[in-house]
Amino acid sequence: MATLIDLVQTPVRELNQALHAPEATSWRILNPRGAHAVACGIREDLAVDIEGHVGYYCAGMNQRATVTVHGNAGTGVGENMMSGTVRVHGNASQSAGATARGGLLVIDGDASARCGISMKGVDIVVGGNVGHMSAFMGQAGRLVVCGDAGDALGDSLYEARIYVRGTVKSLGADCVEKEMWPEHLAELAELLKAAERDEDPADFRRYGSARELYHFKVDNTTVY
Amino acid sequence: MCGIVGLHLREPSLEPRLGELLAAMLGQVVERGPDSAGVAVYGDPRLSPPGREVVSLLGGTPAEAEAALPGAVAVQADATTVVHADTDLLAAVADALPHATVIGSGMDMAVLKGTGNPVELAQSFGLASVTGWQGVGHTRMATESAVTPEGAHPFSVGPGQCLVHNGSFANHATIRRELRAQGVRFDSENDSEVGARFIAHQLEQGADLEKALRLLCERFDGFYTLLVSTSDSFAVVRDAIACKPALVAETDAWVAMASEYRALDVLPGIENSRIFEPEPEEVYVWRR
Repeated sequence: MATLIDLVQTPVRELNQALHAPEATSWRILNPRGAHAVACGIREDLAVDIEGHVGYYCAGMNQRATVTVHGNAGTGVGENMMSGTVRVHGNASQSAGATARGGLLVIDGDASARCGISMKGVDIVVGGNVGHMSAFMGQAGRLVVCGDAGDALGDSLYEARIYVRGTVKSLGADCVEKEMWPEHLAELAELLKAAERDEDPADFRRYGSARELYHFKVDNTTVY
Repeated sequence: MCGIVGLHLREPSLEPRLGELLAAMLGQVVERGPDSAGVAVYGDPRLSPPGREVVSLLGGTPAEAEAALPGAVAVQADATTVVHADTDLLAAVADALPHATVIGSGMDMAVLKGTGNPVELAQSFGLASVTGWQGVGHTRMATESAVTPEGAHPFSVGPGQCLVHNGSFANHATIRRELRAQGVRFDSENDSEVGARFIAHQLEQGADLEKALRLLCERFDGFYTLLVSTSDSFAVVRDAIACKPALVAETDAWVAMASEYRALDVLPGIENSRIFEPEPEEVYVWRR
């Protein structure tokens, strides 16, 4: 039986303190009503279900926990998450999974601009579309988009890998389409399975860095 | 930062609750702009009785306004004095109260502004008891000019027009200079006022609101989410980068826009609304 917390009665700070020193492993949070920083900074293997729409930075810095939002999420859901799983059943606003280093972020609906900006190892699976400048400066990790991608996908990308099933409005600077090798199909199949999705990996295209920007040129390493 | 809220009612039975709903929305974006606030309300019978011309002023008192303007009725709302009269009020105000700053004018709109905590200001405005069919509000975190009632949003520089802005325009000085050269007068050095003057200028030249906002996107550099209202419309536009937040929710009874979802959550029927983020550089207009 999940421990029930109603955010109409309990301030977010008290909720987060309770989740940081948990006396239960299963939690259900009611009436988030767009509150910021719900279920942030968890370090334990908890299951947290949030019933409604959340505001900014939900499940930020998550470690080990499985946080599920039964609604939409505001800016920066799962930002800087380290491990665990964060799932949004609705849509997510901008900068979902920003700078995140590990774990799995699943957005069943659409994610808006800058999804996975500066991602550093997280895996992100979006069931719908992503907005402009997604995976901007992505350094590591995988972004899977089952719908379409907006303008400037993968701008200034480092080593993150991007898979898109639908159309890409435009590619950002230094982002190029790359061939799908068996190893890519295999990792994509694994990611889709982890996200409980049934798309066929063969329907996706792969995008990555052409490694042509200034910082990839060895001649520039001693300039400063 | 800065917080924006706006509510455009389609269902007349909600009109008695306009002020109460707008105040509740404003209360959810206080942290985004704690230094000052302002609202514009359309259709309140006390502030803007039908058939009367309305002028909102800073720097005057109701007694002074009524004494200087025969036939006028004036109401105080925090720092703002709202005056209404039968005809030609705007010209009469300029003659009779030259020291006052006009912060809004039109047939059915009043603008109320002040400095301080937005929730306390809403109380001081008596916002909860305001009625009408449309309202916009703004909580300000000042970046480009001083914290004064004049610097608070909305900026209303044309008849029934209002603009609230989250962001900062980068090339406002250039555009102000160009508009001044064309005879447009400015009240402040505020960047958002330039946006409002630009739109008013385009509307005056014959553009409709969609076109005026598309021209604004072409001409202005910087960050902006704008909510622009007129006596018959409610419009939203964001810059190409779209880093300043905006959410729209729509039902058969109303259209609402806010910086954050929590300000929309206070609205009746929100659970069955269509919620979306406005796309960058796309102009959204709802008409009465």
